[in-house]
Formats: sequence, structure tokens, C-alpha cells
Amino acid sequence: MGEPKPNLYSESFPIEGGNFNSAGIVSTGIKSILKKLGIPGDIVRKAAIVSYEAEINVVSYAKKAVVNLTVVPGAVCIEVIDEGQGIPNIDLAMQEGYSTADQKIREMGFGAGMGLCNIRNYSDDFHIESEVGKGTHLKMTIQTP
Amino acid sequence: MKLSEVKDILDAEIIVGEDCLDLEVHTAFGADLMSDVLAFAKAGSLLLTGLTNTQVIRTANVLDIAAIILVRGKKPSSETIALASELKIPILTTKYILFETAGRLYMKGIVGCLSKVENTSGRT
Ligand SMILES: Nc1ncnc2c1ncn2[C@@H]1O[C@H](COP(=O)(O)OP(=O)(O)OP(=O)(O)O)[C@@H](O)[C@H]1O
Ligand SMILES: [Mg+2]
Repeated sequence: MGEPKPNLYSESFPIEGGNFNSAGIVSTGIKSILKKLGIPGDIVRKAAIVSYEAEINVVSYAKKAVVNLTVVPGAVCIEVIDEGQGIPNIDLAMQEGYSTADQKIREMGFGAGMGLCNIRNYSDDFHIESEVGKGTHLKMTIQTP
Repeated sequence: MKLSEVKDILDAEIIVGEDCLDLEVHTAFGADLMSDVLAFAKAGSLLLTGLTNTQVIRTANVLDIAAIILVRGKKPSSETIALASELKIPILTTKYILFETAGRLYMKGIVGCLSKVENTSGRT
């Protein structure tokens, strides 16, 4: 990258699958980074929500993941690339109420089948790709003024 | 109303955020399902819940929840208390059940952060 612009930022964070104790650390981190960059509160909140939903999904359904946060003039981009079981039917997974969450996930207060819809609703642009046995790739873009 | 008044109405004990009692709140959301909290709760609201794990704090943090009210006399674990202190999210605990907690606050003017969900397909 060339000269750093005042509101340009890029960082990658790893997520460990299966570990509910650490779930949310990445999104909490992203939130404080965006705040420090002076991004408006409602946009920081959207970015935190989408990354947290994605993080919970990685912890619930994947082995590990990397989260790429990129802030460019006009947008915050969050990419979550996991290695794991993948999603056999994305249309089904995107349906509100569809969930394969187990008892452990439900006990933590998750597994209503709302996460992916919520990610889509809070993103200005949302892409999902997945390959069974390989992993899932989410890309969320939230526009900044 | 101020958080101190919420505390009085609910005969609650403050576990984290003794210094936040002047905080102003007007709305609340109640659920034991964080999936629903994430989809519906608005910034600056109270979160009424019976769940006490650390994900409740993480959820409150990403949503900019003003304070967490634990219902049914639930007490958070030391990890939950530590995380809430770190992220500066007040936690109160009340012996009232969720229904009573919501009702008592509603009578005094706290409203839902939304009253109805929009039409949805296949919500379970
Ligand atoms: N990263 C992923 N890897 C594999 N499967 C996934 C992944 N993310 C989601 N899924 C599948 O898609 C389903 C729906 O995901 P979604 O996040 O919408 O709901 P949920 O995680 O089941 O519940 P909630 O998010 O409401 O707590 C999951 O139950 C799971 O089967
Ligand atoms: Mg989910």
C-alpha cells in the first residue's frame, strides 16, 4: 500500500473454532479499532454486529478462520474466511429459522437461525460462498459517509 | 429514567457499574436468546435476560446496550463480571422474573426498543 490515508486501515485476526470462551474477542477488537479511527457510531455498531455473528458461526461450525478488516474511504469491509464443514445449501442456511446448532450452542443463547439474515440486513453489500468439506467465505461491506 | 431508578423499581443489586447510575435509559429488550437480541435490540436499550455467560456481555457490547438486567435472581460468573467491567457494561440483578421485570419497568415508562417485528417468513 502507498501513503497511508487518514482513514485507511487493514488488519487480519485469527479465530479458533470450537472455543466459546474466545468468541467475540475479534469483534470487540474491530469495534474499538473503528471507534479510534473516528468512524461514526452507527457504522461501528453495524460492523461489530456482522463480525460478531460471523465469529459465533465460526466458533460453532468451523475449525478456524481469518477475519480481514479493511477500512477504505467510503467503506468498512469485513471478510471472514473459514476452514471447516462448509454449507451444503446456502439458500437454506440463509432462511430465517434454519439452524443445525447443537445443544451446546443453544445453551449459550444462539442457534435460532437468524445470524446470516442479520449479517445480510446490517451489511450494505453481502457475499457468501461455501464449499462442503472446505469452508465458508463471507464478505460484508458497510458504507461510511 | 436514570439507571438508579431502574435499580429501585426492580429492587435490584448492582454488580458492575456502581458509577453508571446516572445513565439515562428509555427502552428495553428482553430475551434469553442472544440470536434475537442481536437481530432486534437497539443501541442504548436495557437488556433483560436470564442468561449469564460471557456471550451476553459480548452481545451487549456489539449492540451498544446501556446496561444488562439479570432476571430471576441470576448471578454472573466471575469471568462475566470481569468482562463487563473491562467493557464498562453495567450489570444489575433482580429477583423478579422476566415478565415482572418488564412489566414493572413498562409501568414506569420504559418501552420496548421495538413493539412488533416486521412480517417475517418462516420465523420459528
Ligand atoms: N461458517 C459456517 N460454516 C458451516 N456452516 C455454517 C456456517 N455459518 C452458518 N452455517 C450453517 O448455516 C446455518 C444458519 O446459520 P445462522 O447464523 O443463520 O443461524 P445459526 O447460527 O444456526 O443461529 P443464530 O445465528 O441465530 O444463533 C447454521 O445453523 C449452520 O448450519
Ligand atoms: Mg449464527
